[in-house]
Amino acid sequence: MDLKLKVWRQANTESKGSLKDYQVKDVSADSSFLEMMDQLNEELIDKGDDPVAFDHDCREGICGMCSMHINGEPHGPETGTTTCQLHMRKFKDGDTIYVEPFRAKAFPVLKDLAVDRAAFDRVIQAGGFVSVNTSGNTLDANAIPVPKSDADAAFNAATCIGCGACVAACPNASAMLFVSAKVSQLALLPQGKVEAKDRVENMVNQMDLEGFGNCSNVGACAEECPVGISLENIARLNREYLGASLTASK
Amino acid sequence: MKLDSRTPEGPLEKKWQNHKANIRLVNPANKRNIDVIIIGTGLAGSSAAASLAEMGYNVKAFCFQDSPRRAHSIAAQGGINAAKNYQNDGDSVYRLFYDTIKGGDYRSREANVYRLAEVSANIIDQAVAQGVPFAREYGGNLDNRSFGGVQVSRTFYAKGQTGQQLLLGAYSALSRQISKGKVKLYNRHEMLDVVTVDGKARGIIAKNLVNGKVERFGAHAVVIASGGYGNVFYLSTNAMGSNGSAAWKAHKKGAAFSNPCFTQIHPTCIPVSGSHQSKLTLMSESLRNDGRIWVPKDLKDAEAIREGKLKPTDLSEEKRDYYLERRYPSFGNLVPRDVASRAAKERCDEGFGVNKTGEAVYLDFAAAIERYGKTEATIQGIDNPSKEQVKELGTQVVEAKYGNLFAMYEKIVDDNPYQTPMMIYPAVHYTMGGLWVDYNLMTNVPGLFALGEANFSDHGANRLGASALMQGLADGYFVIPYTIGDYLSEEIRTGEIDTNQEAFAKAESEVKETIDTLLNKTTKKHSVDHYHRALGKIMWDKCGMARNAQGLQEGIKEISALRADFWASVRVPGTKNEMNPELDKAMRVADFMELGELMCKDALEREESCGGHFREEFQTEEGEALRRDEEFAFVSSWQYTGNPSEAELIKEDLVFENVELKTRSYK
Repeated sequence: MDLKLKVWRQANTESKGSLKDYQVKDVSADSSFLEMMDQLNEELIDKGDDPVAFDHDCREGICGMCSMHINGEPHGPETGTTTCQLHMRKFKDGDTIYVEPFRAKAFPVLKDLAVDRAAFDRVIQAGGFVSVNTSGNTLDANAIPVPKSDADAAFNAATCIGCGACVAACPNASAMLFVSAKVSQLALLPQGKVEAKDRVENMVNQMDLEGFGNCSNVGACAEECPVGISLENIARLNREYLGASLTASK
Repeated sequence: MKLDSRTPEGPLEKKWQNHKANIRLVNPANKRNIDVIIIGTGLAGSSAAASLAEMGYNVKAFCFQDSPRRAHSIAAQGGINAAKNYQNDGDSVYRLFYDTIKGGDYRSREANVYRLAEVSANIIDQAVAQGVPFAREYGGNLDNRSFGGVQVSRTFYAKGQTGQQLLLGAYSALSRQISKGKVKLYNRHEMLDVVTVDGKARGIIAKNLVNGKVERFGAHAVVIASGGYGNVFYLSTNAMGSNGSAAWKAHKKGAAFSNPCFTQIHPTCIPVSGSHQSKLTLMSESLRNDGRIWVPKDLKDAEAIREGKLKPTDLSEEKRDYYLERRYPSFGNLVPRDVASRAAKERCDEGFGVNKTGEAVYLDFAAAIERYGKTEATIQGIDNPSKEQVKELGTQVVEAKYGNLFAMYEKIVDDNPYQTPMMIYPAVHYTMGGLWVDYNLMTNVPGLFALGEANFSDHGANRLGASALMQGLADGYFVIPYTIGDYLSEEIRTGEIDTNQEAFAKAESEVKETIDTLLNKTTKKHSVDHYHRALGKIMWDKCGMARNAQGLQEGIKEISALRADFWASVRVPGTKNEMNPELDKAMRVADFMELGELMCKDALEREESCGGHFREEFQTEEGEALRRDEEFAFVSSWQYTGNPSEAELIKEDLVFENVELKTRSYK
């Protein structure tokens, strides 16, 4: 298939960006969106032009490194799919496709389609862990039975890949879904309960410091999440946060 | 030169305990004055960084990705082995040790493998304590499943995302230490050289991938945990950025590189669909618990399927050849990876392949869906369930077990694997070879360590499924925290490493020179990917699933010519003072082109077949691998001499005191 692309080009964080027009021809329907971008880049390189910078790594939908706003949606039109797993068979010959970076104050553009998502790492550093040192003497793994339903719910929350689509989808660029996924995972497990109150307060504070907006209650985050993190987690985050702010010792 | 493994004395099961009891320690006050650099933040790197920081060392952690959580350990699917014997099926530390030695075709060190089995149980305890949500049974206890090459269920898992959950556990431990200031994280940084001073590793040169700045970093020890080099084949299941450069640079600075030709070709990957393809996707080995592998019995049926005239579901049972069950009745579909891959290649080479390219076999879940459906009907008290009911119930069970894998398959192939069998074919997945290390995981360069897939030590010539996660975390959580002290105890008076030393300046200017050479070419013919693809094709054809002397000799010549052409006329766009992913890729491919040549040389010199290394000249009449223990029971370690094909071979004889060397049989 032949496609017209409108791709966001921006030299670096400080410079001003704009959409540029490109054409790619003979794209295989079996190729992924990123392989289509590879094809564009190879043509640009052969012509002596600057290829489009974009983040990507595992290309199997799990590392969370790929991003891109495609036709106005993070990771493009297919639900439950990262950009690397979006295949060109979802597009038609002759389509015009808009390709832009994730847009949020807390995710500054580094170059073209690559953005800086280190804010997510700093939110996790604020409390997204269980404070246990490495030791050969922790409890036996089966010492505390965990109900299967809790373990499964914790697992579902823990599958967040940290890509930032939730932030990009939200009109307020809120990180509530991301933060709530980690808070939920650890709040559901006995191992995480000890620090639950401090954790939720610290993570929410850090989220605010990074410049993410408030929850908009729109729900676009869950709709666009490539791994289906549910809004229930935000409800749990709110409950945890309220509980912590009413009863925390600090 | 001789390489001393420094394996501790004493009986096998006491070696690690004795070693730990007698190892030199660094006291807490001194740890505060010691810096450690860690390259890579996968399971090995993150767990090492977190553990060393908890102990009090100052850690500098480097990753090329935007976040440490992206490292490719995240993509590991099936599970992690541990000798817990929760299933009461006869598992033990010894059995895990024995399975790993045997699975590796008797080409790994006994003492290292025993230690791995010994600490495996602690990994599960540690991960659970961190909040890793492993799969559980209804009673609340941890669930297990079975993997290839073993007859017990010792694999712990979190659906098809075990690597993700374990890595996020290690990442959370790392994040905690970053928040305490004990780890300084350098994301979007790539190590481009190791700096040695008076023979000791003293730091690195790294490039900031956002602004292109080349910087110096000093430390008392450098730990390489940068993963494997499967991307030398261009198409592999590795991430696009996975590269061998850190290990290769260490090799060029004097570290021996061991068994480079031992490559794992994983049997269950989604087949190649066209020339646009940039990477291959694995379908977890756990699928072989329930999937049955087959091709048509009749060549005519295979042909009709390839032409689209016949569907696999049209073929009745007697017209199918379940070739693994036929050839290996006792292990069936759960034979080790090398055996399963070769068997698939054999059938496809004979013309039984089932996709357009003729390079695919079926992985069929119909039998499992029926079996689970019937069980589920019984549980739910449904008498005489209809066929449709059984199928529906069975599909639900299979979905709960492998749902994400099936969904991924459908996205890539556009075909529903619940209805028609999956198509799979072997692909490059893991590299058993790597930097030579002693029992302390130190290379022959003092102060330079290698962990996880980056070292060679535990998997011999073939890694068993669910053992990579085990080794990465064992090395990072439970081995290096002890063994690094043995070296660092001599460094307590060294003081901060001065990066203004001559050695740093020299290494930095060499790196800058390479960058300038790549960017300022007068002739610019082809893109980096052009060369990478060409290299991959040579490697796959000449040094892939089956190798022979003639092909390997040709491979060495072809790679050498390709490398010359690359340096003469590669086209790298952009400048050095900006984010320039093409330049970063060019530097990695340049290293792959040297490493590939060494892999061919190693494969040429090893005149036997063992594990993933299959030399066509050395096979039995039934086409099974023919190992030659008398001549080749050694580790091949290579010393760099200026040209990869002229590397010097150092042999470390493998001594087996606790297991008897046998011909591996899974029949």
